[in-house]
Amino acid sequence: MKHSTRRIAAIGAAGLSAALILSACTGTGGETDGNGDGELTEVKLQLQWLPQGQFAGYFAAQDQGYFEDEGLSVEIIPSGGDIVPQDALANGDVDYAIAWVPKVLGSIEAGANVTNIAQIFQRSGTLQVSWADSGIDSVADFEGRKIGSWGFGNEWEIFAAMAEEGLDSSTVEIITQDFNMNAFLSGDIDAAQAMTYNEYAQLLESVNPDTGEQYTEDDFNVISYEDTVGAMLQDAIWADTERLENDEEYQDTTVAFLKAVIKGWIFAAENPEDASAITLAAGSNWGPSHELWMVNETNKLIWPAENGIGFIDEEAFNRTVEAALSAVNETGARLITEEPPATAWTNEYIERAHQELEGEGLDLTGEGFSPIQVTLEEGGN
Amino acid sequence: MSSVSLARSTRARRKGTQVKRWLFGLLGLVIVALVWEGYKLLGPADGFVIAGTRVLPRTSDLAMPHVWDMFSRLFEPVTSAATARPLWLEVAIAATLTLGIAAVGWLVGLVVGIGFALIMQRWKPAEWSILPWIILSQTIPLIAFAPVVRSWGSRIEIGAFEWEDWMSVALIASYLAFFPIAVGALKGLHSPDRLHIELMRTYASGWWQTLVKLRLPAAVPYLLPALRLAAASAVVGAIVAEVSTGLQGGIGRLLITYAGQASGDPAKAWAPIFGAIVLGLVAAGSVALLGLILRKYRRSEVTA
Repeated sequence: MKHSTRRIAAIGAAGLSAALILSACTGTGGETDGNGDGELTEVKLQLQWLPQGQFAGYFAAQDQGYFEDEGLSVEIIPSGGDIVPQDALANGDVDYAIAWVPKVLGSIEAGANVTNIAQIFQRSGTLQVSWADSGIDSVADFEGRKIGSWGFGNEWEIFAAMAEEGLDSSTVEIITQDFNMNAFLSGDIDAAQAMTYNEYAQLLESVNPDTGEQYTEDDFNVISYEDTVGAMLQDAIWADTERLENDEEYQDTTVAFLKAVIKGWIFAAENPEDASAITLAAGSNWGPSHELWMVNETNKLIWPAENGIGFIDEEAFNRTVEAALSAVNETGARLITEEPPATAWTNEYIERAHQELEGEGLDLTGEGFSPIQVTLEEGGN
Repeated sequence: MSSVSLARSTRARRKGTQVKRWLFGLLGLVIVALVWEGYKLLGPADGFVIAGTRVLPRTSDLAMPHVWDMFSRLFEPVTSAATARPLWLEVAIAATLTLGIAAVGWLVGLVVGIGFALIMQRWKPAEWSILPWIILSQTIPLIAFAPVVRSWGSRIEIGAFEWEDWMSVALIASYLAFFPIAVGALKGLHSPDRLHIELMRTYASGWWQTLVKLRLPAAVPYLLPALRLAAASAVVGAIVAEVSTGLQGGIGRLLITYAGQASGDPAKAWAPIFGAIVLGLVAAGSVALLGLILRKYRRSEVTA
């Protein structure tokens, strides 16, 4: 029996070395510590989804060295299905987070202590798309139809817009959408939720089986929530409220961070092709034409920015709060029941960032911004 | 017939069985492809719907791309970008990463599972107190667990060691993998006959000797199915945890990103699914290899 013990030991050793080799192989990904220059401040930024053109400005700031210019070493952390950015921020896992305003309002009411420091997207990019012959031209036409929604806090604009028309979730059939537009294309949904920069493009990249050609904009009816009272503010940068109040270093880091982000988005506005390439290199899996479309449409949500990029328009914020207060979803749940605290947003840091950037000849309001024309290829490829 | 030619003919027969086995495996694949295409050709365009629930899918190209489209898509570049790799290679690279993570998870699960089994075998009160918790541990939904693991992990930094995102995924994989191993190993360690245990006692051998010479070898037939189960759990756990935590580079990530492209490029979305299947086969195959090494102890195998 003696040799069998040795054999077991040998197997154990083999297993252990296999583990070590594997961990050595897999351990090379995602190292982003700012070695070499020890003076950089480490910052973690939590995105709200996978790397894609929606976040092109942050990747551009990283790639162009704007963060380093401000003395920061930034780690951009993509989110997956179950990572909630504002929770990661409130838990202290990250320093800043990108998230939609209504979702965070819900978290704030639930106890998260976070502050909106920059409203990057000045307008809502949510659409409800139906077939051109469906007769759904406005939110009022939703009644009795099958309405698609992603759920998970992405549905509030729909219910807020419906509330204004006197509709509630019992008057429509809410169908949960998944990652693509197949349910809509197959007829399971009459009007599907779509972002201008993503799902709408997915439709235009799909082939119409009747013609063998890609669908065109003429095939669809588009309701933009930006034109309804349901419109809510979307991508904003959130910071830790307590650290903003007590931690002077964090305050300075916040201004430096915002300055670099502003430059990143200005870069994306002026060089959408490059920004798209940078995003792809940062690990986005979309095809090049889809990525470029995404960057271009995202730019349209940011620019022009009347009071400068990231400035929080009090009126728009209050409208979002009002819409959020009015919305009841299909399970009867409310997003929020009372007004958020005053700490929910501040323009202090974005204004400081604007001031410090003033002399640099940057187009902070996007006066000169004009979107490009993007041709979507089949499958976005 | 001389003994030499007898041996030769046995070998030839065995080789024949090997070939036959592969042929049958291939035949299975062909049948699946035929059923797929047959249903796509003859099935109703809108699928079968029973009481408002679709029990069989639509036959459109969107829901069921042609087998040859899915196959040929594998050899086209992922995107039109100049640097794009062929789809199969992209999937293979991602699958390798996931396999590595699952393997680490499996190994950690092995160590932890055997450790628990030994403790529970050694002290009966330990079994009473630990076993319910081990069973309870598997009822925690992964989606609740994953963000917590990542959150804790992001705070771990010991000297030069820094917790990386893939480790969270490996930890979740090991969390699923350790369970069958702990239960299987415990059952195996308890399996020797009283007769044999008492014989060891008459030899005045202690717990350690009884363990090494009797209990561990006896546990092998129980352990091997448990290890296979653990391998499958580790792979599933790794893929789900990748999706859940948003880890870059693995097959879970490809599954959701390509699913998002399924409207415009339906065949592409199937590639990572095939990748995941191959991944599961490779994981199970590796454990079978382990069974080959331990074949001396596999008198009869018991399902875990």
